[in-house]
Amino acid sequence: MSKSSIFSGLRSNVFAGFVVSLIAMPLALGLAIASGFPPIAGIIASVVGGVMVAVLGGSYVTITGPGNGLVVVLLGAVTVLGEGDMQAGYLYALAAVILSGVLLLLFGFLRFGSLSDFFPATAIQGMLSAIGITILLKQLYVMFGDLETKGAAFELLLGVPKLIQSLFTDGSTGQWYAAGIGVVSLLIMVFYSKIRNRFFHLVPAPMWVVLLALGFDAYFSLVGGGNPISKSLLISLPENLLGGVPTPNFSKLNQPAFWGVVVSITLISSIESLLSIKAVDKLDPQKRRSNTNKDMKALGLATIVSGFLGGMNVVTVIARSSVNVNNQASNRSANFFHAAFLFVMVLVFQDQLRRIPLTSLAAILVYTGYKLAAPAIFVRMYQIGKEQLLVFLTTLISTLLTDLITGILIGLLATFVVHVLLNKAFWLFSRNLLKPNVLMYKENETQNYYVGIIHFCTFLNFYKLKSKLDKIPQDERAVVDFSLCSFVDHTVQESLQNYEELFERKGGGLEIIGLDIHETDSSHPFAVRTLRPMKKLRVFGGGRTKRQLQLEALAHEKGWAYKEATKSQKRMLRDHPVYQTTSVERVYNLIEGPKKRLSLCDIHYSEGAFIAKENIQTTLLRVQLDKEIPVFSFDRELLLEKLSHLAGIHDIDFPEYPEFSHDFYVQGNDPQKVRAFFNAKMVSFFSAYGFYHIMSNGKELLVRQFLRPATPAEAAAMIEFGLALKEKIDG
Amino acid sequence: MQQKQYNTVVVGVAFSPNIQANVFEALRMSKMFNASLVMVHVGEKTNEKETALDKIISSFDGAVPDYRVLWKAGNPAEVLLGACAGENADLLILGAIKREGLLKYYLGSVARKLTRKAPCDVLLLIKPSVDRVACSSGVVNGLAHPKTEEAIDRAFYVLSSLGAQKLTIVEEIPEDSVAIKVDDDRSLRKSTIAKERIKLRENSRVQGLLSHIPKSIKENLEVVVQPIFGRRGYSIGHYARVARADLLVMNAPSKLTLWDRLFPHDLEYILSDLPTDVLIVR
Repeated sequence: MSKSSIFSGLRSNVFAGFVVSLIAMPLALGLAIASGFPPIAGIIASVVGGVMVAVLGGSYVTITGPGNGLVVVLLGAVTVLGEGDMQAGYLYALAAVILSGVLLLLFGFLRFGSLSDFFPATAIQGMLSAIGITILLKQLYVMFGDLETKGAAFELLLGVPKLIQSLFTDGSTGQWYAAGIGVVSLLIMVFYSKIRNRFFHLVPAPMWVVLLALGFDAYFSLVGGGNPISKSLLISLPENLLGGVPTPNFSKLNQPAFWGVVVSITLISSIESLLSIKAVDKLDPQKRRSNTNKDMKALGLATIVSGFLGGMNVVTVIARSSVNVNNQASNRSANFFHAAFLFVMVLVFQDQLRRIPLTSLAAILVYTGYKLAAPAIFVRMYQIGKEQLLVFLTTLISTLLTDLITGILIGLLATFVVHVLLNKAFWLFSRNLLKPNVLMYKENETQNYYVGIIHFCTFLNFYKLKSKLDKIPQDERAVVDFSLCSFVDHTVQESLQNYEELFERKGGGLEIIGLDIHETDSSHPFAVRTLRPMKKLRVFGGGRTKRQLQLEALAHEKGWAYKEATKSQKRMLRDHPVYQTTSVERVYNLIEGPKKRLSLCDIHYSEGAFIAKENIQTTLLRVQLDKEIPVFSFDRELLLEKLSHLAGIHDIDFPEYPEFSHDFYVQGNDPQKVRAFFNAKMVSFFSAYGFYHIMSNGKELLVRQFLRPATPAEAAAMIEFGLALKEKIDG
Repeated sequence: MQQKQYNTVVVGVAFSPNIQANVFEALRMSKMFNASLVMVHVGEKTNEKETALDKIISSFDGAVPDYRVLWKAGNPAEVLLGACAGENADLLILGAIKREGLLKYYLGSVARKLTRKAPCDVLLLIKPSVDRVACSSGVVNGLAHPKTEEAIDRAFYVLSSLGAQKLTIVEEIPEDSVAIKVDDDRSLRKSTIAKERIKLRENSRVQGLLSHIPKSIKENLEVVVQPIFGRRGYSIGHYARVARADLLVMNAPSKLTLWDRLFPHDLEYILSDLPTDVLIVR
């Protein structure tokens, strides 16, 4: 990294690092406790990871620290290796962490950056959900103030009624308070994204949880009597944070169980990191491609150092990274600043940290666990195909019953068996597995890159296709042809979707052809597709809702087109600066006017990822203009205030129209032009429709009313407004 | 440079359901090359067989070229190899077998042996047909290899004899000729530039080969040069399939050992799954 790029955008990176550190602190403490490590181990991993990966890493806007996926395997390591003695287990686990760092470093040098592509997407999802369920169940007990109960996931699940019952029968006041804080914290986590108040959102949800705990403590110290929660339910930190480095215990090097732990940790941490890097690359506003091999080396080295200092594994984490991106981080320095702030915060506020009850941190983790195994994931699997749900459940249950490695291997096997059964042909895979099957060349006439695949394309051989795709500059056009390929699985389709987005973002394009003749039994775009006969079973579709019927009627009344589901519109927000870091999940119920100049659709988009994810469903009106107009946003409640973060955007006031200026917030990049645009006619027109939020990117206007889908009547009104608006501007 | 001409064509005739198509293809080819045809049947000569063959030949639409039938019992591969040597053949035509239900063509053990040992060029037909299917485009390899010039030469001769309109010269460039590993945007840019440079170099090499081809032959064919970065022997087969080529012209490999069967390379990829008709130039 050159000097100039370190200091460019320094301010926004410092700010992003600060916001991330607010989330990272409670998460790091909670993840460490849940892993059976001392709380400070999570902070060590965050600080070491943040500093080292910022200096050595190959990605741009990722945040590193302790990961969710590792909680289960690390806790297992501490319990198994310590044979009941948690302190001894911790020292053994540190040795395993260090060795996994060495392996990770090696992976980086061996260029295993595409390791995560060798596992079927559904099986990985199943494993992650199993981890989520385990975290959720274990931490649920802690959340209710029960530190004693241990056991496998199923035992814990059956014990939940008893847990709540015992709280009523023999819970002390202290335990009641602790459990109360836990439950309120969980409610904060759950409802945070539903409450759309910008002052509330200045502080991230996990920090609210911490503030709640500190407020509770402050109240009791003011009223007197001190904190009623017993010491055992509060975070314990060493007296001297900077001294006393533990010595990792390498004496179990000759035991297979130890190496089992090392392999599991390495596998999970590399998969979690690689998946996160891939996801963050899609969010990066500057559209850079991360060097995963370089990042793996940095993560490995950071893990080694963290392990020697007594910390956990360092992995790339998606939730914190997405918050980083949403706060306009632009380079690795944000990761460094997050570590620095964290370090200072822990040193300065160590007394306050010791007052946080474990129950509130457990609440954050319960929510994390829930997010990994949310019902929506199950529904999505079912939508992609029944066989995906089967693989998903197989992996999930076998992971819960055995361990992570066995679980993912069973998932891999299950996926393969399902593929063989779907195609009713083993030879397709056995005969062609080792043969090359991808052709890539640049067409002379069109200058397009042509990529052809034969035989089959699944997780088993996706790496061959991937290595070719990675060699195509993403600002060029590529065509991926599956017409000679008999079978394409879900993992490949999902990855290709990823590539489609990457190409799209960089101004190129990737088109997939030759899949239309393949059969599938679901209407989901990621469903497996085969040329071999397959019984058609439609899973979803049919049965429109009343609102959809009304919207369709509305469209027909105008003689416009109505589409229930659409795929092509996904990039519609990309040209609008405010939506740079959002990802559109779905565009549906699209009503399109003639020549597509005016359209109305329901849109489901999200900001952030994982536990920092905020889902928004709304109805958008899109008006494409013939005339060029200035870039501006028009808003009564300053809901679009995000725009002001962006460089070169000013608040604009209108001295000529004081009332208008007072009632509305108008922002834009060129005040003069915007003032010229808002002449007397426009001012009175916009004032009359002040309840809409309007955004212009110069060529097109996006209009929104509520942060929820519009009713059919509201939709009709929006369309009328759009027609009037277009008439006013284009004349 | 003296153009090689096909004067004698050898075809094996077996009394299979495909016999009419095989014989018709052989007759058509010989006619187009202005060559005489030698039909070899491995087995006893009987009256029924002779009348059956005569009947098929007499049903051939158009003028029948000069032909002879050899009847000889023995090991099929050896008989045919002997016939090629004895007749001083220039071309041996073989039919490939279609694997049931798999939409794939491969070579039987006899044909594979012949492909390796024949002293002359070998043409492998994947779907011989009774009615003429015009051959409109061909693909030939343009590897940096001493035999390439001959292969390109032969491709021009055969394709222009068959009345084709287009010839694509595919230069297969091994991926590892670009030493840069693609990790991020910068290395990608570097490798793209390196590839462009190699392409230019390869193109000028092929243009040099083309300059030896007589103008009269070049005129009738549209010649396209297509560089491909990929596995040798594999990429060209896949390309021929994608480009819907009617004929693929390849150099014969220098030597094939057991090692090559176990670890397929160059020609083996094509022989194990024929993408189209293949001409192997010796």
